[in-house]
Amino acid sequence: MRPLLFLLRKEFRQVFRDRGFIGRLFIAPAIQLILLPLAANYTIKNINIGIVDHDHSQVSRKLSEKILSSGYFKLAGYTDFNSKAGKLIDADKADILLEIPEKFEKDLIREGSKKLGIEVNAINGVKASVGFAYLSNILSDYNNDIRAEWVQPGSAGEVPTIDIITSYWYNPTLTYFIFMVPGIMVSLVTMIAGLSAAFNIVKEKELGTIEQINVTPIKKYQFILGKLIPFLFIGLVVFSVSLLIARVIYTIIPLGNIALLYLFLEVFLFALLGFGLLISTFTETQQQANSLIFLFMMVFNMMSGLYTPIDSMPSWAQLVAHLFPISYFIEVMRMIVIKGSGFHDILHHIYAVLMIGAVLNTWAIINYRKTS
Amino acid sequence: MDAITLTNISKTYNKGSVLAVDDISFNVAKGEVFGLIGPDGAGKSTIFRLLTTLLIADKGSATVAGHDVVKDFQTIRKLVGYMPGRFSLYGDLSVEENLNFFATVFNTRLEENYDLIKDIYVQLEPFKTRRAGKLSGGMKQKLALCCALIHKPEVLFLDEPTTGVDVVSRKEFWEMLSRLKKVGITILVSTSYMDEATRCDRIGLILSGKLLSINTPEATVKAYPEKLYGVKADKMYALLNDLRAYQGTLSCYTFGEHLHLSFKSSEQEVMSYMQSKKHLNIEMKPITPTVEDCFIRLLNNQNDRNSN
Repeated sequence: MRPLLFLLRKEFRQVFRDRGFIGRLFIAPAIQLILLPLAANYTIKNINIGIVDHDHSQVSRKLSEKILSSGYFKLAGYTDFNSKAGKLIDADKADILLEIPEKFEKDLIREGSKKLGIEVNAINGVKASVGFAYLSNILSDYNNDIRAEWVQPGSAGEVPTIDIITSYWYNPTLTYFIFMVPGIMVSLVTMIAGLSAAFNIVKEKELGTIEQINVTPIKKYQFILGKLIPFLFIGLVVFSVSLLIARVIYTIIPLGNIALLYLFLEVFLFALLGFGLLISTFTETQQQANSLIFLFMMVFNMMSGLYTPIDSMPSWAQLVAHLFPISYFIEVMRMIVIKGSGFHDILHHIYAVLMIGAVLNTWAIINYRKTS
Repeated sequence: MDAITLTNISKTYNKGSVLAVDDISFNVAKGEVFGLIGPDGAGKSTIFRLLTTLLIADKGSATVAGHDVVKDFQTIRKLVGYMPGRFSLYGDLSVEENLNFFATVFNTRLEENYDLIKDIYVQLEPFKTRRAGKLSGGMKQKLALCCALIHKPEVLFLDEPTTGVDVVSRKEFWEMLSRLKKVGITILVSTSYMDEATRCDRIGLILSGKLLSINTPEATVKAYPEKLYGVKADKMYALLNDLRAYQGTLSCYTFGEHLHLSFKSSEQEVMSYMQSKKHLNIEMKPITPTVEDCFIRLLNNQNDRNSN
């Protein structure tokens, strides 16, 4: 085992000599954790609304006021010409148009009902659907208001309504970063610890130093362990740094057992480093490794449930997503951090990642033998 | 017992489409300095990689220090020192750290075989805290040689050790090799500098994966079958073309400021031919062939055979 010790000493020496890497170790988590949750916020504000008021009545003005005071909408234009309103959308000034027809107030009072028109600019799908949902909510709310105003309580004309009260478990205020930050932490560990290991091995290939190492009594498994162990350690550091940042900036304190988080982290790193090793056996230069890793990171970020839930993907995509260790870790992170899940809740995840890790590592070692 | 033996070794790349080494056999005696001389792409590095257990041959067998390169590769790795063609030490570690790393890997210490590397190490010592990547070309070679010697190997493999190194450093390097030879270390060295060939005990001329001749440098030169002349005149390029067109010429090529010429007709005939072509200030004198001349001759023969 002595050669392994010497290898480790050399690896740590090299890693800590690379100032850029040490910087990335601390600065990257800080920047990503500060910026990403803000940028990747799904709560949509500042929807530009254009109001086409053909009625100019008290009711129509009250309705407009209610919409604008909700805080989600910004008035892009107030007009009574259809042509002008259309231009607002064409010029991309309005995301949504509300059309209040002529005699809105009169007909509403006389006939008890009147139709409103909503037109949505669907270029940005998320903004369109969310904006529409907000607007419909406000309108139905307003509908209830005028009903309450006009219909005398207890009178025969009262229409029974169902009132729905929603409560969100584990994240009662649906705060976005509580959901996002644990996922981003996983993405960070993947990037910095796991894939750096791949770069590190490929670097030895590219510079030819592996040639020199191969003509020494160092055994292959010692060389591989010498590469993986430092990155297990670096993974711990990155994870701890990001846990600290989450605590300081977002006051996110894991509800569950922190030791359990670290346990899963090591299981995850075992699989991830296997993946890194596998990539290093397929590539000869850091450039090649870089493009391959870039491709995989894109897929991981999109499909691992970081941004969109895996359950809403088509079934083939769900199958693929469950092959990525990163999907399990994101889920486990959210379970432990937000919900406070215990060991038995994540047992299935541990098995799955261990299995994936075993496959990846075996494949990598077989391939490593073949290629050198 | 021979320190290195190769028996009918062949190696192909790309699933057999590129023949790198073609049925090569030779032996290197213990304590001998054996030079593999040949141009880039001749297969020299492949032979080194086969002997240092980095590659496995398609056909044939080889031994290093009495051990089979396939079966006993673990033993061989403890007994040989290898200096690859390009600098393969850790550029981000210092001179001292590189040396200590390779020493510990071989389960030894710098002090243990200090005598062996002393001459080289004293030159490196002023730079011992400098990163290896920041050293000059000659210093890098010296460090690489130190690292390859640190465990007192029985056989030393040096793949183009002097490529890209200045003339003075090259000379120093070869002086070091002769000192190592005195300690009894067997050295297999490759080079594409023909002038270095004379410093070897024996040389093998290698071309396109084939070993064309093996002999001492002197015998290689003596074996040159024709008489060789150095020719000079005012208009060298016209002279080259004229001599190549001459039917009595066997070979003619530029070599420094002379043309090296061999022919089957008599000296007078060649002289009068050149005069008939109106060349002025003609000089023609017999010369002793160099290793390079031998090599060019083999190269031409090979080309003739290929074109026929």
